[in-house]
Amino acid sequence: MLPIIFVIPVVQLLVLAFAVTFEIKNINLVIVDQDHSVESRQLASKFTAPPFYHVKAYPVTYLEAEEYLKTGKANQILVIPPRFGNDLQKEKKASVQLISNAIDGSAAAIMNAYGNSIIMDYNQDIIADLTGGLDLKPPFNISYSYWFNAELDYKTYMVPGILVLLVTIIGMFLSSMNVVREKEMGTIEQINVSPVKKYQFVVGKLLPFWFIALFELAFGLLLAHIIFKIPIIGSLWLIFGVASVYLLAVLGIGLFISTLVNTQQQAMFLAWFFAVVFIMMSGLFTPVDSMPEWAQNINVINPIAYFIRMMRMIMLKGSQFQDILKPFFSIVVYAIISLTLAVWRYRKVAA
Amino acid sequence: MPIIEVENLVKKFGSFVANDHLTFSVEEGEIFGFLGANGAGKTTAMKILCGLSAPTSGKVMIAGFDVYRQAEMIKKRIGYMSQRFSLFEDLSVWENFQFYGGIYGLSSATIKQRTTELLGRLGLESEKNQLLGSLPLGWKQKLAFSVAIIHRPSIVFLDEPTGGVDPITRRQFWEIIYETASQGITVFVTTHYMDEAEYCKRVSIMADGKIVALDTPANLKLKYNAANIEEVFLKIARN
Repeated sequence: MLPIIFVIPVVQLLVLAFAVTFEIKNINLVIVDQDHSVESRQLASKFTAPPFYHVKAYPVTYLEAEEYLKTGKANQILVIPPRFGNDLQKEKKASVQLISNAIDGSAAAIMNAYGNSIIMDYNQDIIADLTGGLDLKPPFNISYSYWFNAELDYKTYMVPGILVLLVTIIGMFLSSMNVVREKEMGTIEQINVSPVKKYQFVVGKLLPFWFIALFELAFGLLLAHIIFKIPIIGSLWLIFGVASVYLLAVLGIGLFISTLVNTQQQAMFLAWFFAVVFIMMSGLFTPVDSMPEWAQNINVINPIAYFIRMMRMIMLKGSQFQDILKPFFSIVVYAIISLTLAVWRYRKVAA
Repeated sequence: MPIIEVENLVKKFGSFVANDHLTFSVEEGEIFGFLGANGAGKTTAMKILCGLSAPTSGKVMIAGFDVYRQAEMIKKRIGYMSQRFSLFEDLSVWENFQFYGGIYGLSSATIKQRTTELLGRLGLESEKNQLLGSLPLGWKQKLAFSVAIIHRPSIVFLDEPTGGVDPITRRQFWEIIYETASQGITVFVTTHYMDEAEYCKRVSIMADGKIVALDTPANLKLKYNAANIEEVFLKIARN
């Protein structure tokens, strides 16, 4: 217990301080260049220079670019329309379009400002050439659009994530306190002298919390819809399908913790440690894309990150099952591993 | 054939030897008293016999099954009442019987019939819907014993079943133990009350992890030239 008391705060401090950031450091951009002129290439190349912009692809059609946004592979689309270079030369003005993923409203506003300033920068470069330094009126007409959360509503961003937290806390904390409570009470001995199988015991511990958490989720979704008017664009069945698998993973972690420790206090301490790190790194408050690479790699073992991502995709983007295949199967694997660990670690016979 | 057979049972915790080459056997239907001072290693040995703890070495056969390889077979045939009270305090009396009956795979009709029978014997039918936590200790102990035999085990292990219980309840408790033994259930019991040891068919006395005496109460009194088992115990403990 003593090492835990010292190690855990240090880990939290180091990991969270470096990983959790409100800055927007990584913007994944796709550029649809429908013009292929000298000017359009110049503008596109402007976006390759800043370190926080990563141009992921140059899709040929706008529809392809939309796919990037829907699947979360890109956060922003720059559309350079046909005749962009032509218009610039002849009419001395042109339009471009900037589309941002606005699930996180404040991040979207920042991304937009970044994009805007790069375009204006290009504007400054060419303004002299085009007008001979006479006309200082910016020639660009930038049209913005925010996707998935057009009003940049913070609640739309937060509520799906908070729902995830609700069921996670219920699942992880109740289950981690449970087996260890029986250890403290002594009732576990009475069960261990019985012929009950290990998996039966774990299933018996798991099912009640599974039902409670799913009920809470249903209740939470209803409130979110009625009070906060959060849209649920995707399928409710899909939400509950994902949640039911996710809960198995979280309950597995809780039960595993419970079999490891001897007192409820230790269980609480461990559960809090994982919950805090997982929550802070999950992308609930700060964009995961802005975290350093190593921190994003830690998120491979963060079930909350997977579920928040899927919840936002389904609720706000209307993603289908095929769009969330990868995080969904990660969660399936997670559930299998954590439940196996819980069954394996639960000992009917003491050493 | 004895129902409990123990040969050279050793249990070590690190360098501490809790059970030092125990050898004894218990016959079917016997009431076997397992005595010893606090810390002599009684509970450790009993937990090994119940399959709650793994032995370091030695042979342990319970109801014809090997404790190393057939622990789950043994568990179907034994009942156990631990030193710590271990029924669920936030369930009613009836629910506790149902729960444990269910764990042993009894049908709900069987559970109902046996619970009624066991509660009737204790005279606690009218308390069946009360929360267990609200009952006095003596009643709870009697209920714990009844729950431990709801699946009709071959052997029931009782770890200090009468600790902290008033003399009248203790007397009643032993009446139930006798009744249970008369049904052919072997009773393996630890106690600190030496008058209770006199009720056993045979007793063993442990000191420092070893069994130092094992015989009928009458023979032990003869051998140690003592008026009662308490004197026998004190003579052994002082050496």
